[in-house]
Amino acid sequence: MNLRRDVFQAIADPTRRAILLLVASQSMTAGAIASNFDTARPTISKHLQILTECELLKQEQNGREMYYHSNAKKMKEVADFIEPFRDMWDNRFNKLEAVMKKHKPSR
Amino acid sequence: MEKKTKINAEEGKQELVITREFDLPLDLLFTAYVEPELVEQWMGTKVLKLENRKHGGYQFETTDPMGNKHVFNGTIHDFVPNKKIIRTFEMENTPFDVQLEFLDFESLSTETSKLTMHVIYRSVALRDQLLKLPFAQGINMAHNRIQNLLNPKK
Repeated sequence: MNLRRDVFQAIADPTRRAILLLVASQSMTAGAIASNFDTARPTISKHLQILTECELLKQEQNGREMYYHSNAKKMKEVADFIEPFRDMWDNRFNKLEAVMKKHKPSR
Repeated sequence: MEKKTKINAEEGKQELVITREFDLPLDLLFTAYVEPELVEQWMGTKVLKLENRKHGGYQFETTDPMGNKHVFNGTIHDFVPNKKIIRTFEMENTPFDVQLEFLDFESLSTETSKLTMHVIYRSVALRDQLLKLPFAQGINMAHNRIQNLLNPKK
């Protein structure tokens, strides 16, 4: 599984980016997060699930409530802007390798 | 999956080095840069011109998911088969200045080879701007939707 790609998919969605901004300064419950959006509650839950799976959000049980807060370590990883540049070249060179391996028998 | 491509971009320098080891013999790796139909396959570009010689030039054209055409060109300053290519690289109709590229090809074993790409930009700021481009666009060819969302002006 390619986690890194999932992270970039996660932050590509405007609602999910807004959620990350919301919880950047304070831990919040799913209900409190949802109250900031017009979107249906189950939709927000789905976004929270994706962000949690990508480790951009962390869950923390506090009494009966589940709080969400941003995972600074993961956010920093996403902020490493060279990574997508490297991915671009890595993909390109993987393609080169694949193309040339197929090319071999015809020589 | 382990990434085989390494990028070395030291802070405050107007250059970067891209290295990659291939499970390919040296001559096959070099051929990938020489034969137009092979360049088209792995780069995903149309080759308008490719003169593999000193003082030669090249011109490639790509079409983005929105159907816009982008043309890249450069001059080949040196061309030594299975050893090196020195060339310039320029994106036409963009504010980005031309860059200088030193491509060194070396054999590691009969079945493996290595490419070192040393790229020099006009300024530190330009290098950093170009480095951030794939990040800003969400990169990855399969993620065109992401590209639209992160870069709505395009």
